[in-house]
This record gives sequence, C-alpha cells and structure tokens, in this order.
Amino acid sequence: MSRTLARLLMRDLALFLPGGRRGGTLLPILFFLSVAMLYPFAVGPDAPVLARTGGGILWIAALLAAILPLDRLVAPDLEQGFFDQWALRGIAEEAVIAVRIVAHWLSFGPPLMLAAVPASALVGIDGEALLTVELGLLAGTPGLAAIGVTIAALTASLRAGASLTGLLLIPLAVPLLVFGAGALSTGGTGGLALAAAFSLVLAALAPFAGGTAIRAAREA
Amino acid sequence: MQESGLSAWELYCRRGERLLFQGIDLKLDGGEALYLVGPNGIGKSSLIRILAGLRLPSEDAGLRAVGLKGGRGSVTWKGRVALLDERLALDEHQPLTKALAFWAALDGHPSLARDGIEMLGLSNLLDVPVRYLSTGQRKRAAFARLIGQGAENWLLDEPLNGLDAQGAKLVEELVKDHREAGGTVVLASHQPFQLTGAGEIDLRYWPHTAEDFAP
Repeated sequence: MSRTLARLLMRDLALFLPGGRRGGTLLPILFFLSVAMLYPFAVGPDAPVLARTGGGILWIAALLAAILPLDRLVAPDLEQGFFDQWALRGIAEEAVIAVRIVAHWLSFGPPLMLAAVPASALVGIDGEALLTVELGLLAGTPGLAAIGVTIAALTASLRAGASLTGLLLIPLAVPLLVFGAGALSTGGTGGLALAAAFSLVLAALAPFAGGTAIRAAREA
Repeated sequence: MQESGLSAWELYCRRGERLLFQGIDLKLDGGEALYLVGPNGIGKSSLIRILAGLRLPSEDAGLRAVGLKGGRGSVTWKGRVALLDERLALDEHQPLTKALAFWAALDGHPSLARDGIEMLGLSNLLDVPVRYLSTGQRKRAAFARLIGQGAENWLLDEPLNGLDAQGAKLVEELVKDHREAGGTVVLASHQPFQLTGAGEIDLRYWPHTAEDFAP
C-alpha cells in the first residue's frame, strides 16, 4: 500500500511542481508577488503605514493565491477516469485525496514561503514581522491546502465549479487568517499555535470529505 | 489465472426521475461472457458502472427509509475487475510509454504490460504524447492498460468504438483468449461483436417499473 501511495505522490508532484503540466505553482506565486508589488503603489510610500499593514496584506495575498490552482487539482483526474481506475484497484478515494493534499502543499506552501521574502521587502515590513509571517504561513498553508483539495473535490463534477471554488474557500479559510495574521499584531506564539492546530484538524478531516465528494460525484 | 466470476442480485438503477432497470440478477462463472444490448440511453453503461462498483446497486437509502420499494442490490466478484470505457485514464501530456508505465507500476505486472503494448501494435507509438493519438490508437492504448492490469474479470463499455476493422478483429481475439484462459467478460456494444456462447441481456425487455412485474 505504501508503495502505491508513493507512486501516486510521484505522479501528483510531477503534475503540480514547477514545470509540471498543470502549472499550479508559478501562477499563485506570481499573483502573490504582484499583490505585494501593487500594494505600496496603491496606499502610497508611507513607511509606517506599510510596515503596520504589510504583513496582513501578505496573508490576504497568500489566501487569494490559494484559489488559483483549485480547478486543476481534482477535476481533470475525475473527467479522465483516473479515480474510477484507482477505485477498481482498491485504492480508496480518501488515500488519493490525502496524497493529493501533501502534493498540493509541497507545490504551494514552500514556494509561497520563499516568495514571502522578496514580498516582505516590497511591502516594507521588518525582519521580525517577516519571521512571524513565515511561521504563520508554515502553520497555515497545510490547512489552506486541505481546504483547497476538499473544495476541488466537491466542485469537480459541477459545470460552474471553477467559479465557485473561490467563494467556498474564503469563508473556510477565515480562522487561518484570523490566527495566522493575528499573530502579527498580538505578538507571541499563541495565534500561530492555533493556526497550526486548525490546519491539523483540516488536514485530518479533508481526506474523508474529499473522498465522499468523489463518490457522490459518480452517483450524479 | 485465478478464479473469476460474478454474482449480482437485484440490481437497480435510476437516473434522475427515470427508472432504468430494477431486479436484474446476473451470474457468471470463469470463461463465460455477458453481452448487453439495447438502444442508447437504456442503461448499459450504468449497469457496467454498477458492476464496477462505481455506482450503488440499490435504491438510495432515502427511498428505503420511507418504505418505498427497498432493493437490496449486491455485486460480488471473484478475482480482480478491470474496466474499459470511453475514459482513457492516461496522462494526456505524457508519452504513451510513461502514461502506461504509471499503471504498470501500480498493477505490478511489467511483463503483462509489455505484452499488451506488443499485442495491440503500439510499439512504434511509445514516444508519442497521448493527446496526439487518434481515436483508434487511444482505444488500443486503453486495451494495453487493461491487459497490463491482469484482472480476471473484464468490463468493456463500447470496446469497438473508433477501431478499424483490423482493430475490432484484434479486440475480439483478445476477448476470446481472455475467456479461454478462464476470465469473464461483460460487454456493452452497439456494434456487432463476435462473442460465441455468451449470455445476452436486452435492457429494453427488462422490467422497468414495478407494474411490469405484475402477471
């Protein structure tokens, strides 16, 4: 079983990592950097304002960037019959979704944390705030990946699925934003720990929600 | 080949408001085949998907809970089951060899996978990305995947679609060999398919409503 999961993970990574065919990685990162670049133009070069709000903007940019790859996470494999073939081989939908969350996070979380370094310079926040943002992203992006894959599975069989994903992701991601970005103003690690806890809960629930969604899509 | 066979009871299928069929019982032993016939939309593909375990074989729990006809459909297979339908399940951007290798690695029968490629005459297409294959070549690739799986039971939904005369003959040979080796085949096709000694179900004549059962 673990060899099967490793094969699935390798295929997912080949699809999602930069250079992969579903190009999921670069677009969100470029979007993230664009927001960080545009923000100072929009609010003006007022250093104290930028320093105070920059971390929060990075969080919002990360959250919105997480929406971009969603329509390519599950729907193509459902349409092309991959999920059917896995089911016939006794590979549970839950296992496929769990692997996909890992692959999606690897292609999305670490690159975003890397991109946060130049982005922090663009929005003019100091090193201490950058560290809080990075730790917050480390705690929050697994949860974002779990929400993302779940929503992708839920909307995979809907014709208007792609346009729904964003609307579905934002409310679910609010707790991550509140705890993760909240740590910027309150300081301390309490918020980060809560963001990490919420991430873990989401990552534990998502495979079951996603697997059920795939099976329900077949009955439609 | 290991033991193969199918027993299915009280299969039921509804699509939206329409009842497609109910109360279908099926039994297949090793070497036997079942030919599903009937016009488009009669439920052949749905029956195949039910047999594949991809749709529930019974009325939904909601209907049963309120006391409406309570089917208790069940599908039991001996041995592994393979499905071939219009969906290729091969990565479109990959060269054919890599796309097939993904399944070969999961299924763990590398020699069978090589045989499949050979038998279907795909050896000179291995470097071609799947999306550039023609309809008939895609069907051949799907059969290569099917053979590589090494399953005892085959579910074939329109296996001749897109194949030329030579390809169709080849597929009929493959099905014949598979049955001679002791495997079972359930097949839906609107094109004539040489299937000697196969049971036949015409879903047109299947009871579609509860009233149809009445004498």
